[in-house]
Amino acid sequence: MRKKFSPRKGPFALLALFLLLFLAGIALGEPTRVLEQAWSICLSCIGIG
Amino acid sequence: MEAVRKMVQTLWVFLVNGFWGFPLTRNIYQGPLKVICSPGLNCYSCPASTTYCPLGSLQQLLLGIRFSLETGNYYLGTFVVGSMGLLGAAFGRFICGWVCPFGLVQELLHKIPSVKLPVPKILTWLKYGFLALFVVIFPLVLVDEFGLGAPWFCKYVCPAGTLEAGIPMVLLQPDLKQTIGWIYWNKIGILALFVIWSIVSSRPFCRTTCPLGAFYGLFNRHRLIRLQFNAENCTQCKACHRVCPMGIHFNETPHSPECISCLRCMTQACNFGAISVEVAGYSLLDDALPAKKKTVENP
Repeated sequence: MRKKFSPRKGPFALLALFLLLFLAGIALGEPTRVLEQAWSICLSCIGIG
Repeated sequence: MEAVRKMVQTLWVFLVNGFWGFPLTRNIYQGPLKVICSPGLNCYSCPASTTYCPLGSLQQLLLGIRFSLETGNYYLGTFVVGSMGLLGAAFGRFICGWVCPFGLVQELLHKIPSVKLPVPKILTWLKYGFLALFVVIFPLVLVDEFGLGAPWFCKYVCPAGTLEAGIPMVLLQPDLKQTIGWIYWNKIGILALFVIWSIVSSRPFCRTTCPLGAFYGLFNRHRLIRLQFNAENCTQCKACHRVCPMGIHFNETPHSPECISCLRCMTQACNFGAISVEVAGYSLLDDALPAKKKTVENP
């Protein structure tokens, strides 16, 4: 017999928290900055320069 | 299941490294997909990379945080941390086991026949130091006269960056050779260390150094999808200890932050239904467990 399903609430609380952060980042325009960074070769990131 | 996992890993390597026009452009991908977070460790300066590396982006945002605030922008890293947290809260270190390109590289290296050695457990704590110091604190605190920090983990440690971006970019853009210095050779040395170590030990970078794995590991107990230990079915045979690539004793620490959820323990070791997968409390194998146990007890 299948056990009674008792959902864990922890994961949903964490997902909600990080979704909030994610949306806050979008509201602050952070994706544009992330794109700018990701479009250029980060020489110091790869140990050059 | 192991074959399926290898296929998923390979698929993800090509998904996050899907720009194959780089030999013609001799440059990295510069399209809109780069606003998407790579779940695993994958350098965004890799010429084929189509996504951003969460560790690289987070360090870049933190090292320029003073400049950002002075110019009226609030780039605090919330978008990147939010993306990482959403992935961690949903999957935890499933990501390491199933979609990380550098994890796959280490697994393939470990297939090379050689003496096999364990990774000392004490070293597994190092990755939390790398996460706290090299990814967050040093880029934030150690700044130059202009108030800018450095991406410490990428610059001084990350072997994935050297393999996927440092070496290929020097080959694609020969002019870069003139700028190579001791940092580059230091990183080549670190890469060589992990290549050799991966041959003799299973996933040494993931276990000792990876800050992304350390971050995802924090979610292993409370992630949405996780492995479940059914203690009533466990016979303490320790078969799960022998197959684990991360050296975990699953029946003793079922929610270990080291577990990459490769499912070897469930599919290759346990015959008693003591290990299953659950999603937010819903066990995917509840119906099968009693029957499986009964079969084993009364063959």
